[in-house]
Amino acid sequence: MAGDLKISEPEPQAPRAQHPFREVLQMFVGNRAAVVASVILMLIVLAAVFGPILYPTDPFEMVWAPFTPPGTDGFILGTDYLGRDMLSGLLNGGRVSLTIGLVAALMSVFIGISFGALAGFYRGVVEEVLMRITEFFQVLPTLLFSMVIVALFGASLTVVTIAIGIVSWTAVARITRAEFLRIRELEYVTASRAAGASNMVLMTRVILPNALPPIIVQAALMVGSAILFEAGLAFLGLSDPNVVSWGQIIGSNRTYILDASFTVTIPGLAIFVTVLSISLIGDGLNDALNPKLRRR
Amino acid sequence: MATPLLEVRDLGVRFTTRDGQVTVLDDVSFTLERGERISFVGESGCGKSMTALALMGLLPAMGQVSGGSINFKGEDLATASEARMRQIRGNEISMIFQEPMTSLNPVFTIGRQIAEVLQLHRGLDRRTARARAIDLLEAVRIPNAAARVDDYPHQLSGGQRQRVMIAIALACEPEVLIADEPTTALDVTVQAEIFALLRDLGAKLETAIILITHDMGAVAQMAERMLVMYAGRRVEEGRVADIIKAPAHPYTRGLIACVPHISTDATRRLERLPEIDGIVPPITSFGRDACLFAPRCGRASEVCHGERPAPAGVAGHKAHSVACWHPHEGGA
Amino acid sequence: MAVRAGYALALLLAVVILNFTLIHIAPGDIADTIAGDMGGATEEVMAQIRADYGLDKPFPVQLGIYLGNVVRLDFGYSFFFNTPVTSLIAERLPATLLLVFTAQIFALVIGVVLGVISARRPHGLLSHFVTLLALFGYSAPVFWTGIMLLIGLSLLLPLFPVAGMIDVALIDAPLWRQYLSVAHHLFLPALTLASIFLALYSRLTRASMLEVLGADYIRTARAKGLSERDTVYRHALKNSLGPVVTLAGLQFSAVVSGAVLVETVFSWPGLGTLALQSILARDTPTILGILFFSALVVIVGNLLTDLALRLIDPRIRGGGG
Ligand SMILES: Nc1ncnc2c1ncn2[C@@H]1O[C@H](COP(=O)(O)OP(=O)(O)O)[C@@H](O)[C@H]1O
Ligand SMILES: [Mg+2]
Repeated sequence: MAGDLKISEPEPQAPRAQHPFREVLQMFVGNRAAVVASVILMLIVLAAVFGPILYPTDPFEMVWAPFTPPGTDGFILGTDYLGRDMLSGLLNGGRVSLTIGLVAALMSVFIGISFGALAGFYRGVVEEVLMRITEFFQVLPTLLFSMVIVALFGASLTVVTIAIGIVSWTAVARITRAEFLRIRELEYVTASRAAGASNMVLMTRVILPNALPPIIVQAALMVGSAILFEAGLAFLGLSDPNVVSWGQIIGSNRTYILDASFTVTIPGLAIFVTVLSISLIGDGLNDALNPKLRRR
Repeated sequence: MATPLLEVRDLGVRFTTRDGQVTVLDDVSFTLERGERISFVGESGCGKSMTALALMGLLPAMGQVSGGSINFKGEDLATASEARMRQIRGNEISMIFQEPMTSLNPVFTIGRQIAEVLQLHRGLDRRTARARAIDLLEAVRIPNAAARVDDYPHQLSGGQRQRVMIAIALACEPEVLIADEPTTALDVTVQAEIFALLRDLGAKLETAIILITHDMGAVAQMAERMLVMYAGRRVEEGRVADIIKAPAHPYTRGLIACVPHISTDATRRLERLPEIDGIVPPITSFGRDACLFAPRCGRASEVCHGERPAPAGVAGHKAHSVACWHPHEGGA
Repeated sequence: MAVRAGYALALLLAVVILNFTLIHIAPGDIADTIAGDMGGATEEVMAQIRADYGLDKPFPVQLGIYLGNVVRLDFGYSFFFNTPVTSLIAERLPATLLLVFTAQIFALVIGVVLGVISARRPHGLLSHFVTLLALFGYSAPVFWTGIMLLIGLSLLLPLFPVAGMIDVALIDAPLWRQYLSVAHHLFLPALTLASIFLALYSRLTRASMLEVLGADYIRTARAKGLSERDTVYRHALKNSLGPVVTLAGLQFSAVVSGAVLVETVFSWPGLGTLALQSILARDTPTILGILFFSALVVIVGNLLTDLALRLIDPRIRGGGG
C-alpha cells in the first residue's frame, strides 16, 4: 500500500459488519434458550401456514356441541361456546396474529428508523421537531388511540395493522437516533463524507448498517409486542370481525370461563408461548450482537 | 515501646479465580507505632492497595487472607469476625481512597456522610453529629463550613471532596489512617495542601498514617519509614532517610531515580519506570520461588531466577532490611 | 419545572388537535350515528343535528370552538349517556387513577425489592426466578393474566371479588368498611396490571444495583464500618433507583393502555370501560374527552416522575428547569 499512488482513493471502508455473521450465529446457537425458542417459533409458524390447509375445518362453523372438552369426540382442543372447533380457530387465528404482528412491527420499525435516522443525522431543528413528535406519541395512551382509529376507520385487517404500527415506533426511533448520534462522529463516517458521499448514502449505506444490531433486537421484540397489541384489540372486540384471531377467541369466550375455562386458557397459552419465544430469540440476538454486555 | 500498635506478619492474600488460585500478597510484614507515618511505594499492581484492604477486612469477594497475622492492639484482625471488623472500620482504622470524585455518595449531603460515622461509632444523635461534622469540615479547612455542610458532593471540587473524605476518616479519631494514593487524581498545588493537612491532623490526633503513593517526593515529605513493594512482596523496608540515601534493592534505586517525575498529568498512573525496563510480572507468577524482579534487573544472576531471597538487614542501618541476592551496598 | 409544565400543556394541546382532526376526517359523523340510533332520519333532521353540534361550520371554526370549550373543561354532551362528558369522566377518572397508580406502586415496590435481593446474589435462585418472571410479564397478554387470576383466585378459590370496585351492599356502611372493600376489589386488577411492569423494574433494579454496588462510594460506606444491610439499603439503593424511576415514567402510557384491558376483564368502572362503551357507540364527544384525560394522566405521571427523580438525585435538582 505505502508509496502506491492511486488517483482515486477507494472509499474508506466502514466496518460494515462489526460482528461477522458467522460469529453472531455461533453465539446465538450457544444460547440454549434462544435455540429452543427458535424451534418452537418455527413450529408455530409452520402450524399457522400449513395448519389450515391440512385441517380445513371452518373456524366459524358450528360443528359440535358447545364446550366439548379437549380430546373428546375427536376434537383435540374441544369446541367453544358456539360449538366451533377450537383447533381450527387456533390454527387460523395464528395466521392472523402472526401476520399482523409481523407487518405492524415492520411498519413501526420503518417509521422508527426514518425518524431516528433523520433526527440523529441532521441534528438541529430537524432533530428537535422529530423528537417532539416522538415524545408526543409517547404521551398518547397507545391502545386507546388505536381503539379510536379502528373504530373510526373500520375494523379491517389493514386498519388494525396500521393502527398498531403507527403508535409503536417510538422505541425504535429513540434507539436509532442514539446510534446515529454516536456513529456519525466516528472516523469512517467523516472519511466517507470527505470522499464526497451524499447524505443519503451516508445515512443508508454507511451509518445504518452499523447501527443495526440494537435495532434488530428491538425489531424482534416489536413483533412480540405487536402480537400482544393485536390480541388486546381483538379481545376488546375491535379487530376484524371476519377473521378469527387468538385474542378474539379469548374475548368472545371469556363470559363462559366458569363453564369451560379451556376456551380462554388455550388461546392465551398460544399467545404467551409465541411472544415468549420471540422474547427469548430477542434476548439471544442481544447477547450475540453485544457480546460485551453478556454478563448482565 | 512494648508492642507496636500494628504488627503485620507474613501476610498472604490469594484470589480465587476461574482458573484457580493466584497469590496477590506473599509474606508481607511490617510494623507501625502509634502516631508513626509509613509509606508503601511501588509500581501499579504491586499489591499496595490489597495490603490496605486486607487490613480493613475489605478484600474483594474473590480474595481471602491465606496466611499470616495482622496484630492490632493485641487482636488478630486476619481472623476477627466481620462484626468486630465493622466496629474497627471507620473508628479505629479508617481509609481514604484515590478517587475523591467518586468516593462520596452523590445522593447524600456531605454533612450527613460525615455525621453517619459519628452516629454509628460514637452513638451521637443527629443534631450533635451534625454540629461535629461542621467542626470537622472546619478542621479540614473547608471555608464557610456551616454553610457547606448541606452541600452535595457534586457542588465541591476534587480537593474539597478529598478533604471531606479526610473529615470522615478522622471523625472518630482513629489510631490508623490508611491513605491510598489520596492525591493522585488532584492538581499539584492541591496535592501539597492535602499532604500538609494529613500531616498536621495526623500529628494532632496522634494518628498513625499509612500513605500509599507512587510519589517519592511525597514519601520524603510525609513519612518516617517506607516499605517498597514489588509483585506482592516486600522488597525493602527502612527509614526513609536511609533508603533514599542508600537504596539497597535495585528496584528501589530505579524508583528513586525517577523522583523528578512529579508531572502535572497526575491522574496518569506510573505504568512503568523509565529507569527500569520491563513491567510488573503477571499476577499469576506472583507466588513463584524466585526474585520476581530478576527479569528486569541488571544485577540478576542464576540464583535470582531460581530462589526466593529472604529479607536481611542492611549493614550500617538500623531496621533497614532488603530482600535481594545482590543488594547495593553503601551510598547510591 | 415551570418549563416542563408549559411543555406538558403544549403536548396536551397537540393531543386535542390531533384527535379532533382525526375524528373530523373519519368517515361519518355524530349525525350519522344518532340517525343510526334512531333507525334512520330525514335530511332535515340530519341537518338540524349537524347545526346543533356545530358541524355545519368550517373545520377551523369547529376546532376553535372545541378548544375554547376544552379550556373551560367543557367537553360537550354525550348523546349516548345523556350526560355532560365532563361529569361522565369525573365519575370514572378516580377509579382509573386509583388502578393506574396502585399498579405502578405495586410494580415498583415489588420489582425493586426483588431486584435488590437478586442483585445481592446475582447467580442465586431468586435471580433466575426474576429473569423468568420478567419473561412471563413481558410475554403474557395482560387480559389473559387477569382472567387466569380471576379463575384461580376468585372462582376456584373465592378469595377476591369477581367484578366491580365496591360491594354495593356497603352503601350505608361506615367509610372504613367501604375503603376496605375497594382495596379488596382493587387487589387483583392492580396486581394484574402490575404484572406487566413488575419484572421489567426488577430486572433493571438488579442491573443498576449491580453497577452501583461496584461504585467507589460503596467501598467508602463499607470502610466506614456500616453493616452490609445499611450499605445496600441506605447507600446503594437510592443511587440505583434513578434508572428505574425513569423507566417507570416512560411506562405510564403503557400502564394506561393496559388499564383499559384490565378494567374490561374485572369490570372496573374506570375510563377504560367507558372508552370501550363510547367507542362501540361512536360517542365522539366522550371519546375525545377520554383521550384528553388519559393523555393528562400520562403527562401528570411524567411530571411526578421528574419530581421523584429530583428528590432522588440532587445533581438533577441543582440544574434549572
Ligand atoms: N478487582 C480485581 N480483580 C482482579 N485482580 C485485581 C483486582 N484488584 C487488584 N487486582 C490485582 O491485584 C494485584 C494488586 O493490586 P493492587 O493492590 O491494587 O496494586 P497497587 O495498589 O499496588 O497498584 C494487581 O496485580 C492486580 O492486577
Ligand atoms: Mg492501588
